[in-house]
Amino acid sequence: MKAYLSLVKRYFGLSLAVCAFIMGVAGVAPLWASEQVVVYSSRKDHLIRPLFEKFEKQTGIEVKYITDKAAPLISRIAVEGKNTSADMLITVDAGNLWQAAEQGLLTKVESDVLDEQIPAHLRDPQGRWYGLSVRARTIVYATDRVTPAELSTYEALGEPQWKGRLCLRTSKKVYNQSLVATMIESLGEPQTEQVVKSWIANLATPVFSNDSKLMQSISAGQCDVGIVNSYYFGRLQDKDADIPLALFWPNQNDRGVHINISGAGITRYSKNPENALRLLEWLASKDAQGEIAALNKEFPANPNVPPAPQVVSWGTFKADTINVEVAGKLQVDAIKLMDRAGYR
Amino acid sequence: MSLLARRLFPFIGGGRIAVVMPALVVLVPLFVVGLSWLDVDASIWLHLLDTNFFEIVNNTLVLVAGVAVGVFVIGVSLAWLTSMYEFPGRKVFDFALMLPLAIPTYVLAFVFVGIFDYTGPVQGLLRDLFGRGHWFPNVRGTLGVVTVMTLVLYPYVYMLAKSAFQAQGRGVMEAARVLGKGPWGSFFSVALPMARPAIAAGMALALMETLADFGAVSIFNYDTFTSAIYKAWYGFFNIATAAQLASILLLFALSALLLEGRSRKGRKIIQQHRVQNRIPLRGVSAWLSSVWCLVILMIAFIVPVCQLIVWGIEISAEELNSRYWALLGYSMLLALSAAMITLLTAFLLAYFSRVYSETWIKGLTRVATLGYALPGSVLAVGIMISFTLIDNTSTFINESIGWTVLPLLVGSVVALLLAYLVRFMAVAFGPIDTSLERIKPSIPEAGKSLGESSLGVLWRIILPMLTPGLLTAGLLVFVDVMKEMPATLLLRPFGWDTFAVRIFELTSEGEWQRAAIPGLSLVLIGLLPVMILMKRSSQK
Repeated sequence: MKAYLSLVKRYFGLSLAVCAFIMGVAGVAPLWASEQVVVYSSRKDHLIRPLFEKFEKQTGIEVKYITDKAAPLISRIAVEGKNTSADMLITVDAGNLWQAAEQGLLTKVESDVLDEQIPAHLRDPQGRWYGLSVRARTIVYATDRVTPAELSTYEALGEPQWKGRLCLRTSKKVYNQSLVATMIESLGEPQTEQVVKSWIANLATPVFSNDSKLMQSISAGQCDVGIVNSYYFGRLQDKDADIPLALFWPNQNDRGVHINISGAGITRYSKNPENALRLLEWLASKDAQGEIAALNKEFPANPNVPPAPQVVSWGTFKADTINVEVAGKLQVDAIKLMDRAGYR
Repeated sequence: MSLLARRLFPFIGGGRIAVVMPALVVLVPLFVVGLSWLDVDASIWLHLLDTNFFEIVNNTLVLVAGVAVGVFVIGVSLAWLTSMYEFPGRKVFDFALMLPLAIPTYVLAFVFVGIFDYTGPVQGLLRDLFGRGHWFPNVRGTLGVVTVMTLVLYPYVYMLAKSAFQAQGRGVMEAARVLGKGPWGSFFSVALPMARPAIAAGMALALMETLADFGAVSIFNYDTFTSAIYKAWYGFFNIATAAQLASILLLFALSALLLEGRSRKGRKIIQQHRVQNRIPLRGVSAWLSSVWCLVILMIAFIVPVCQLIVWGIEISAEELNSRYWALLGYSMLLALSAAMITLLTAFLLAYFSRVYSETWIKGLTRVATLGYALPGSVLAVGIMISFTLIDNTSTFINESIGWTVLPLLVGSVVALLLAYLVRFMAVAFGPIDTSLERIKPSIPEAGKSLGESSLGVLWRIILPMLTPGLLTAGLLVFVDVMKEMPATLLLRPFGWDTFAVRIFELTSEGEWQRAAIPGLSLVLIGLLPVMILMKRSSQK
């Protein structure tokens, strides 16, 4: 018993000392180090780290960052207010950037460099955020059971011929919310609701929680068509080059394929706005654009930079040039519409 | 002297402060969550009530009921078998059955869907054998989500029930048998009621975690209360509505806890001296016992871990780089520090809430354990708001004196550790409180009459008697902190990435297989404390 007691005493004291040490280190961790820029990013570590390392090497400016989902990061910037340590917010989906701008968390940027590199429909009309990479949310089909001639538009997936053959991802994913938001803008709310209802009537199985699983189910024969982001298809191709699936570019005779962005904006209370602007301009430049897109098999936002060969192999298409901020403006309407239509 | 002090300072006297302080730390973020009711967005509420509000309430109740039955049956049966009987493999099962605790719920959920859904090996084999038309239950539905949550959470009940059964000893059972009860009768009328506080504490943990879960339900796309909370926040960007929904969830948990506490009133179960000779089982009953333990262990641990290993081998070269060791270091450091702090606080809370009999002390104690029932992200935001208020006030004061000071709390380790404390207080409190309950009052009294001071009684008598409870509590908190995701993500300092953070980054990009290496690492590190616990209990 005595031995045990001394053991407890020793280790508890030691561990408490370790805790105290950690806190000491954290307390003096200098947030105001020399040249730096602090990024809150919902784009994941392995998709941004290589770029940041390159930027650090080229400019000597240190990039500090944390990753999380977009909504918590935006809440954190809002709550921190003037004291925020964030200089830049990077998120996927224009809807999230629109929200951050709407809450007054992002500052207007005046930069001819950015305006030149990034097309107008991929950035905020007021210059508070800029698209850095583009993804298409498009139709995927089983090549052994469907011919491209049978496919035409997103809306047509609600036709009776697809009964029991359609797979969708959950409406909780912002990608689907943005898709429906742009449909509301183009088709109007009543018609969009009709379309979404007809999709739901055609579902082969309850909605999936991610695109990869959805595509595997198509390939296994549970359903024949689905709607996915282009880069997920690319990742699946990497694992299995002969997978019997292909992408189809819908709505080529009207508005075009639905695209969305990952992008960035500079915070209103940034402590290092010059460095942040420098990083943003660099990310939009030819130097970085190829790699940003290639890391995630996306399309560069900068039209002067070609996509990776694998992405090029999926063919060219007409993209919807509606400004991506619609995704943010109509996001709430889109969610409510999908709830009403029974799209879970 | 101490009597005088109590007379003079009836409210702060003695250890009351030890109850009030931790309760305050928990209450502030809960209070912030409650404040959200000052800003009600009627349009979102109307929309929720119009569409699927009642469906999600119903789903939540079904899930909680299903998991309650599941963890009770599995947890209690396994605990009873391994603590009272001897059968083939009993020694291994003893500790191995705790292992599923180390698997994060979201990981098991993904593995489960991967194995049993249409694209998985099981249905693939069925298709090869019987063609396409065969029937199979919908995996991504109620059945699947209840199964996964049960398999991950039953160890809470198992561990607590086991220590209770062991503490009872065989004596009471033999007494019941002598008085004419059969083996089942004496189990239901004597052993089970006596172990009730421990079982209830374990179930409370399991059900609070079920209520707060978001990871697993979102993989199954099963809409519960947390789904609505996240929809309000991530979809409608209305954090106030999210907090309002969360506070309703909290009321659920609170009323359940109060009900449980009330039904327990007046029962006092005292620790027996332990004589542990297990009853040897023979023949069919011995093999049935082994098979039951093995089946649970297989589906809850061995199969998912094998799947993780298969995935992990494919990508080990990519993941096992220098960054991996940093992840390991931060995970261990955070989990260890948080376990120490939480253990200490929970002990003070449990001990002094027994020393003082006032109702308000008991009430505060209950409240202090509520953090576990809140979805992690909501709690994280509540904590972040509280800390930012402190930060902003202090910078404001400093600025008005003319100093420039940068905010220290948010984004520091202190904030993160406090968040863990708030969240996992219940996890440490349960085992410690139930062990305290079993200590005979006559033992510390004897110590005092032999001339030991109050502190001496605490240090030399009560603490040693609490060892199993404290170790269980420490293990649970350690493992839970390692798995914790939302608060770690939101509050960690720059660069403090853990395995859970890495899993989040990979899984949110749909790269589940690459998440196998950090997932397996969590399991392996979770094994360490389980081993220590096992070694200790086998020495007795």
